[in-house]
Amino acid sequence: MPATPYPGRVTRDVQHGSSTRLDSYVDRYAARTRGMTASEIRALFSVASRPEVVSLAGGMPNISGLPLDVVGGAIHDLVAQQGSVAMQYGSGQGVPELREQICDVMALEGIDAHPDDVVVTVGSQQAVDLVTRIFCDPGDVVICEAPSYVGALGVFRAYQCDVVHAEMDADGLVPEALRQAIMATKAAGKTIKFLYTIPNYHNPAGISMSPERRPEILEICREADILVLEDNPYGLLGFDREPYRALRADEAEGVIYLGSFSKTFAPGFRVGWALAPHAVREKLVLAQESATLCPPQFSQMAVSAYLATHDWQGQVKEFREMYRERRDAMIDALDDLMPASCRWNVPDGGFYVWLTLPPGIDAKLMLPRAVTARVAYVPGTAFFSDGFGSSSMRLSFCYPTPERIREGVRRLAGVLEAEMELHATFGTLSAEPDGGRGLPTRSDYESPSTDVN
Amino acid sequence: MDDAAPLTGRVVVLAGGLSHERDVSLRSGRRVAEALRGAGIEVEERDVDGRLLPDLAAHPPACVVPLLHGETGEDGAIREVLELLDLPYVGSRPAACRTAFDKPVAKEIAERAGLSTPTAVALPHETFRELGAAAVMDALLNRVGLPLMVKPAKSGSALGCSVVREPGELAGAMVHAFAYGSTALVERFIEGYEVAVSVLEGPEGPAALPAVGIEPDGGFYDYTARYTAGSTRFVVPAELEPDVARACADTALAAHAALGLRDLSRTDLIIDAAGTPWFLEVNVAPGMTETSTVPLAIQAAGLDLGETVTGLVQRAVDRVRTLS
Repeated sequence: MPATPYPGRVTRDVQHGSSTRLDSYVDRYAARTRGMTASEIRALFSVASRPEVVSLAGGMPNISGLPLDVVGGAIHDLVAQQGSVAMQYGSGQGVPELREQICDVMALEGIDAHPDDVVVTVGSQQAVDLVTRIFCDPGDVVICEAPSYVGALGVFRAYQCDVVHAEMDADGLVPEALRQAIMATKAAGKTIKFLYTIPNYHNPAGISMSPERRPEILEICREADILVLEDNPYGLLGFDREPYRALRADEAEGVIYLGSFSKTFAPGFRVGWALAPHAVREKLVLAQESATLCPPQFSQMAVSAYLATHDWQGQVKEFREMYRERRDAMIDALDDLMPASCRWNVPDGGFYVWLTLPPGIDAKLMLPRAVTARVAYVPGTAFFSDGFGSSSMRLSFCYPTPERIREGVRRLAGVLEAEMELHATFGTLSAEPDGGRGLPTRSDYESPSTDVN
Repeated sequence: MDDAAPLTGRVVVLAGGLSHERDVSLRSGRRVAEALRGAGIEVEERDVDGRLLPDLAAHPPACVVPLLHGETGEDGAIREVLELLDLPYVGSRPAACRTAFDKPVAKEIAERAGLSTPTAVALPHETFRELGAAAVMDALLNRVGLPLMVKPAKSGSALGCSVVREPGELAGAMVHAFAYGSTALVERFIEGYEVAVSVLEGPEGPAALPAVGIEPDGGFYDYTARYTAGSTRFVVPAELEPDVARACADTALAAHAALGLRDLSRTDLIIDAAGTPWFLEVNVAPGMTETSTVPLAIQAAGLDLGETVTGLVQRAVDRVRTLS
C-alpha cells in the first residue's frame, strides 16, 4: 500500500481492505476531463427546477406562444410527404433549402452570404465547439468579453484553451481593453486564435456593442490578425430598435458568424449554424462529419418547413413584446425592492440583467440562502474563467411570468438584506469590488452594468 | 424475519425534496429503487410535493423508504407525517431524527454516552450580531483552538463546512456556514483518519458494518470529493488495528443506541494519532448514492443492497403489523 498522510491509519497488524475510487476509469481519463466534477452550485441548481422556486437562473426561451398547431401541421406534412428523406442521413453541411433560408435570416442584420458558406450545426453551441476544435491547440488563447457566455467558456476549457478576458462598458467590448489583452497575451509569447464576442444583448451582461464601436473592434482584430467569432443568438430580440449590422456584414474574411433558431423559434430542434469563409467552412464540414456525420436531418427540415409556412418574423415580434414585458417587470421590481447599493443595467433586448452586489457580498456564497428562500440566480463567477465576478449575478427574465419575476426579486431582496446584515456583523464587507475572500481583483475593472440605476 | 409474511404491494421511495441536498437525495433514491426492483419489489419513486399525501392516502403503499436528505428529510418532519398516515416506513422515528440531525444536540448526547467528540460550540448568528462578532470569535478561538471546523448545525454533504487554520479565516467561514442555516457549529478539528461506520439492524439487533476509510485526493472530504466518482479513495474495511476497528464499531453502535435510532444509521468518525475514534455526527438518512459509503459497507459485509433494504422494508411492515 502507498504511504498515507493520515496519522490515525495504522499500518501494522491490520485487516487489509480493498481500496476503491468507485470509478475504475479514473486513471484513464484525458487531462481535459479533470475539471468535470460535482459541485455545490450544480447541486443547488437541482432545487431550482422545482415549481416552488422562482428561477431567475435559467436561459430557457419562453416558447408558450408558439403556434403548436402550425408546427404540428408542418411536421405532419413533413413526415407524410418527405418522411423517407427527413428520417435519413443527410449532408454534413446541412439541408440546402434551410441554408438558403438561413441566408435570408442573416440578411436582416445586413449580411450578404451564400448558402455554400453556411454549415448547419446542433445549436450554435456545437458551432462554438467545432470552431474551437479546428482552430485551437491546448494553451492557445481565446479572448472573451468580461463576463462571457458560460457555455462557450466550457468549450474553451474542454479544448484546454486559455481564456483572457477584456472589459466591457455600456457600449460593449472596450477597444482599449481589447488592445491591452492582445498586447499582454502576445508579450507573454502566447498565440491568440480568436476573439469570442456576443455583440447583441449579451449573455450574461445584457448589453450590446454600439454601431460606432464595431468598426474599431474589427480594425483591431484585423491589425492583430485575429479572427472574430461572432455569436449572435439574440440579435433579432431587441425591444426598441431595428437590429444592428452584424460584424460579419462588414468583414467577410475575418469573422465567423454563429446563429441559432433556439431563441427565434424553439431550442428543442437544436438547429444553429456557422457562416464562415470558404476555407474554414471546408474544415467545419469535415469536423461536423467527424462529430455527428450530419446535423439532424429531421430537425432541419422541420425548421425549414416552419420558416416557409409560417409568419416567423411576426412570431419573433410577439416574442419581443413578451420579453419586453418581462424585462419591464424585472426592472420595475429591482427599482422598487433592491437595496440602493446594488447596480444593474437595463437591457434593450435579449434575456438577461447583470446585477452587481454591494462590495464584499459574494453571490456564490449567498446562493444557498437564496435557494432556502426559493429563488435562484447564476453567480457571476460562472461567466469568468479566472474566478472573477464574485460580486455579480445574472438574472434572467425570459421564462417566469411578470408576477413571478416580481416575487423572485422580492425574495432576492430579502436574501440580500440578510446577507448584508451578516457581513456587517462579521466585518467581511469589502470596500473593493470583488474583494473579501481573497478572490482576484482588477483595479481597472468596471462592471458592464454602466446603465446604472 | 424468516417467519414474516411475504412482502406484497408497492414500496414508495421518497427522494428529492427542496433541501440543498435535493440532487444527492435523487441519486440515493434512484440507487435504492433500482436495488429494490432487482430484489423483485414493486417500487414507486416519488418526489415530495403537494400531491404526495393525497396519493399516499388514496393508494397506501406497503411501506415508504424516506431518502430525503437535509431539512424535512432528516429532521423528522416527513416521518412525523408518515406516522400520521399510519404508514410503515424504514428508519428512525421523528424524535430521534430531530435529535440526530441537530449536530450540537447529537454531540452532547454522544458525549453523555461516554463517546469522545471534539470540543465544540454552537451559536446562532444573532449572538454575533448582539454581542459583537469580534469578541465572540475571540472567545471561540480561545475555547476551541486552531485548527477548527465550522459547519452549519443542521446540514449534510459537507455543505457550508470549512476548515479554519488561521484566525483571519474564521469570519469568512462563519458567513459561509450561516448561508446554509441560522446556527453554526464551531468544532475543534481533529487531524486524523476519517471513517464512516454504518449500523444495520437485523433480527439479532443492531450490528456495525465494516468501517469505510475515506481518503479524499484533496485532503478534505467536501461536496466535490463526496460526489465525484474517482476523487476519493475508499478503503473497506478500513485498514485499522483490530482494537481500533472494534472501538469504531462500538462508537457507532453506542451512538445509534444513545440517540434512539432505528434500522440504519451512519456515524462519521475521525481516528486520531493515538487510535481514538472521535464522534463527529450521525446520519439518519445516510446517502445511498453511487459514491456513498453505506452501500460500500453493505457490500463489504457480504450483503446485497437490494436484499438489505428489502429486509429493512420487511421489518418496517412487520412493526406496524405487530402494533395493529
